[in-house]
Amino acid sequence: MDSALIGTWLAALLTLGIMSFIYKDNLYYKVCEAIFIGISAGYWFITYFWDSLYRKAWVGIVHQGDYILLGGVILGAMMLTRLFGKIGWIARWPLAFIVGATAGLKMMVYFTTNAMAQVHGTVNDMMAAFSGGDLYDLIGRLVILIGTVTGLIYFYFSKEHKGVFGGVAKVGTWFLMITFGASFGYTVMSRMSLLLGRIDFLLTDWLKLVK
Amino acid sequence: MKKYYYWFILIALIIVLILLPKPLIVSPTVSTTLTVLLGLALVVVLVLTLRGHMIGRRTVFLFIGMSLTLPFFMNFQMPIKVSPEVQTLFDAMAKLPSGSKVLAAFDYDPPSAPELQPQAEAFMAYAFKHDLKVIIMGLWPQGPQQANMAIAKVLQQPGIRAKNLRYGVDYVNLGFQSGNEFVIQRMGTSFSGMFPRDIYNTDYDKIPLLNGVENFSNIDFVFNLSAGYPGTVEWVQIAVDRYGVKVGAGNTAVQAPSVYPYLSSHKLTGLAGGMSGAAEFEQATKEIGKANTYILSQSFSHMVVIAFIIIGNAALFVSYRKSKQKGA
Repeated sequence: MDSALIGTWLAALLTLGIMSFIYKDNLYYKVCEAIFIGISAGYWFITYFWDSLYRKAWVGIVHQGDYILLGGVILGAMMLTRLFGKIGWIARWPLAFIVGATAGLKMMVYFTTNAMAQVHGTVNDMMAAFSGGDLYDLIGRLVILIGTVTGLIYFYFSKEHKGVFGGVAKVGTWFLMITFGASFGYTVMSRMSLLLGRIDFLLTDWLKLVK
Repeated sequence: MKKYYYWFILIALIIVLILLPKPLIVSPTVSTTLTVLLGLALVVVLVLTLRGHMIGRRTVFLFIGMSLTLPFFMNFQMPIKVSPEVQTLFDAMAKLPSGSKVLAAFDYDPPSAPELQPQAEAFMAYAFKHDLKVIIMGLWPQGPQQANMAIAKVLQQPGIRAKNLRYGVDYVNLGFQSGNEFVIQRMGTSFSGMFPRDIYNTDYDKIPLLNGVENFSNIDFVFNLSAGYPGTVEWVQIAVDRYGVKVGAGNTAVQAPSVYPYLSSHKLTGLAGGMSGAAEFEQATKEIGKANTYILSQSFSHMVVIAFIIIGNAALFVSYRKSKQKGA
């Protein structure tokens, strides 16, 4: 028997097993779930073992003499001390290194890309729309500007949300709700796509009902 | 015996489906009839709800399942209008002269394939037809494998096969590299430092396509297919902001809203978001594939979701009225 055919049947039966949860929790679903979790864990372990431990650390240090990688290996080994009660505190050192390095990189990129660039984009495009853009563009930019300002005001908690300030914050709440609604819509779209992928597999690859 | 009743139905259904004539495509008349029937069934559910008969969650699942499955057999063509953000993405690609080096970052895995694989295939087909040199990499372990699948599929097209594209000369797959955004950061100074060998263990220096490719300054365009972290956000924050590379992206729908601000601040050169973005991207590149089939199913399912939101609200009002009457 063709191995691809066995693979397709196996995948189809596992897909149906996972989908059977829609009806109710059952043994078939539990078996498929356990297989999925086991294979995922095994896949990730093997991937990181060969990619990080072998290709990077072992080959790098032993075959290429790149001894600076030893620093990473030592930090990685220190992380594992968490498993041994008394010396578990050692794991804080590599953790501090990771937090520090990530914070150092992220602080600047977030400040420039997510703060400054966004302010620049909002104001600059607004000015461009005022000076020469069409009405549709201008309205769009105005909505973004109002949404940004009122949204920020909503998150300003040093002043009580009362009077005009409270009204503006309320507008900000509406903008946030619309944003969350749009995000939810996109999430629904994404989840439907996941199911669509599986249905396509069942109909096309397994049952061959459609091309 | 009753315990196994549903299993018998499921097995019987599978046998019937296996025995059905293939491929199973119904005529436009039958397609329209099926659509009307689906709509009528939803109206019946609404009426039942208004009369106080609440439906179970399994009915909702059944409707969603039908709305996603039936369009596969229908002979409908949905009109798709290319949105400005997808058009911008395509325009950026269209401006690239033959021989341009494009870095394709595949930052997703099989669960996101329904949304991103059609974009990957459309991109690859377009790049190969227009003689763009593609350098593939992935910040997700399974990304480069998804790229290989896309390449294998597009290489079956007669027009592309006739070009006799060669691995290492016309395209190369550098594989996966762990390290998330730090990989992008390091690539800003040295590609070979992060990818000393390609996915097949060939040394970086021995790959003809990579001759002279030291860092982002030797790359004309970056196309990122992303399903989350690390992905488009990191590419924009580091590759665009720090190294000034042009980045266009294809994203899953769930991630797209978080990336849109980069589009309006002109940090991102075009975005194809979710299944609709994928279908539009296929239209723009004229590489019609799965996304144009999927979009009909997705539109049907969205209509059903909207219908159930209305039905759910109707159920809420009915129960509210009932509890009010009881209280009175």
